[in-house]
Amino acid sequence: MATIDISNVSKIFTDKKRNADVTALADINLSIARNEFVCLLGPSGCGKSTLLNMIAGFEQPSAGHVTVDGRIVTAPGADRGVVFQHANLMPWLPVWENVAFHLLLGGGQKAERRARAQVYIDMVGLTGFENHYPSELSGGMNQRVGIARALLMNPQVILMDEPFGALDEQTRMDMQNELVRIWQQHQGTIVFVTHGIDEALTLGTQIAVMSARPGRIAEIIPIDLPRPRDITSPQFNALKRHILALLRGERVEQERAPA
Amino acid sequence: MIALAQLKKLDRAIVPLLVLAGWEAFSRSGALPAALLPAPSTVVWAWADWLVGTDGNTQTYSGHWVADMLASLSRVAAGFAIATVLGVALGVAIGWSRRIEIVIEPTLQMLRPIPPVSWIPLAIIWFGIANKPAIFLVFLGAFFPILLNTIHGVKSCDRNLIRAGAMVGGSERKLLRYIVVPAAMPSIFAGLRIGIGSAWMLTVTAEMVAVKSGLGYVLWDSYYFLRYDLVLAAMASIGLLGFCSDLSIRLVMARVLHWQRNTTLRGGE
Repeated sequence: MATIDISNVSKIFTDKKRNADVTALADINLSIARNEFVCLLGPSGCGKSTLLNMIAGFEQPSAGHVTVDGRIVTAPGADRGVVFQHANLMPWLPVWENVAFHLLLGGGQKAERRARAQVYIDMVGLTGFENHYPSELSGGMNQRVGIARALLMNPQVILMDEPFGALDEQTRMDMQNELVRIWQQHQGTIVFVTHGIDEALTLGTQIAVMSARPGRIAEIIPIDLPRPRDITSPQFNALKRHILALLRGERVEQERAPA
Repeated sequence: MIALAQLKKLDRAIVPLLVLAGWEAFSRSGALPAALLPAPSTVVWAWADWLVGTDGNTQTYSGHWVADMLASLSRVAAGFAIATVLGVALGVAIGWSRRIEIVIEPTLQMLRPIPPVSWIPLAIIWFGIANKPAIFLVFLGAFFPILLNTIHGVKSCDRNLIRAGAMVGGSERKLLRYIVVPAAMPSIFAGLRIGIGSAWMLTVTAEMVAVKSGLGYVLWDSYYFLRYDLVLAAMASIGLLGFCSDLSIRLVMARVLHWQRNTTLRGGE
């Protein structure tokens, strides 16, 4: 049974200034089953973030529809937790209030909010930083707060838009391991947007490779490498070669196409 | 280290002390008739009598300073409070809703260039000679800076924060209360600080023309009686109160915006 169903979705942006339409996504079909960890992989401008935003409800498809648990997505909601590219924390709130922001809006009691926040603060490894403000933390720590905020809502689906894009290599690898651990522990469906092939291969149970202009899904590749994944193993490299060929082939095609 | 800290404290006092000493010397030198530019010592003498009634040199004002100060302060407080409530409420509405902006903003932008002082004749006709016209003028002077800064603060709220709020399931009302207004706070406080300055300016103007009490009235009345020492004492009193009211806003601001302390060049100032 699919948790997320994307059927015949297209997205056309109208550029009013230049009076031209840009097709960001063309006829996308994708089914994501419960507890899958799907990585949307593609070059910049292939519409992978737009697709994620449509699942989140921030944007509406021009044609087709997105359903989550059978309901058509029309607006953002707490059943879909989003972790943004930049953490997007409230700078005036300490870590624990940011983590429990969902409960603050819901009108929860302070003691209850504090206790619930602590569970997720511990889960993302920020114990001891509860009363720090976002400006006092590093980028990686802020991103952890963003993940904890999404987890606290106990959503069916977690949507992540290049959440580790701004981090250094070492921190990124730590965060990837952490995320896999949390996903295994927490259970739930994750859709993860990235342009990093290694990142997609390290994280996903499936990789949807996308092509650009207009954005389409080129191939859906199931990944059943054992975890923790060895990024130097022959199987890993074989898959990487395959994806590189997919992406490169596409670039060649684009360059050949008449302007 | 201690000596350095003391020196730093003295830093703040150096310029005022030099100005006062130069002024005292100039007044005593006889270059101008003493009545035209009273020396600081004369001003302090008059101020002391006005404040606690030392030797009665200020006649009817002797010992009346606290009452005069409270008269002005209450007008500033009343006008400023009304301006804050209306300015922030209307500013949030205009900044948030395009429709409200279209309906209300053009009218406000037409009213804004009219100097508050030019409302004095109408204010006197409408409200008579008492507190009300002064409060009305203070309101006009403080309202627009507060309003415009609130609108600016709301409009420049990061869209991504609102997305994050919508993601955790916030209704529009909740997003306004928990995201937009806190995000606009730095801007709102900037408006309040400009507003409190206008408020004192207009209280004094109103008291010169339309009211028979307060620091501005004493200032203008002393001018008629050629008591320039008292004029200067009134000016200094207004400066002191303006400074204190700005300081209290800054203290509240430092509490509300404490999260900004380490994010800006000189946060919390």
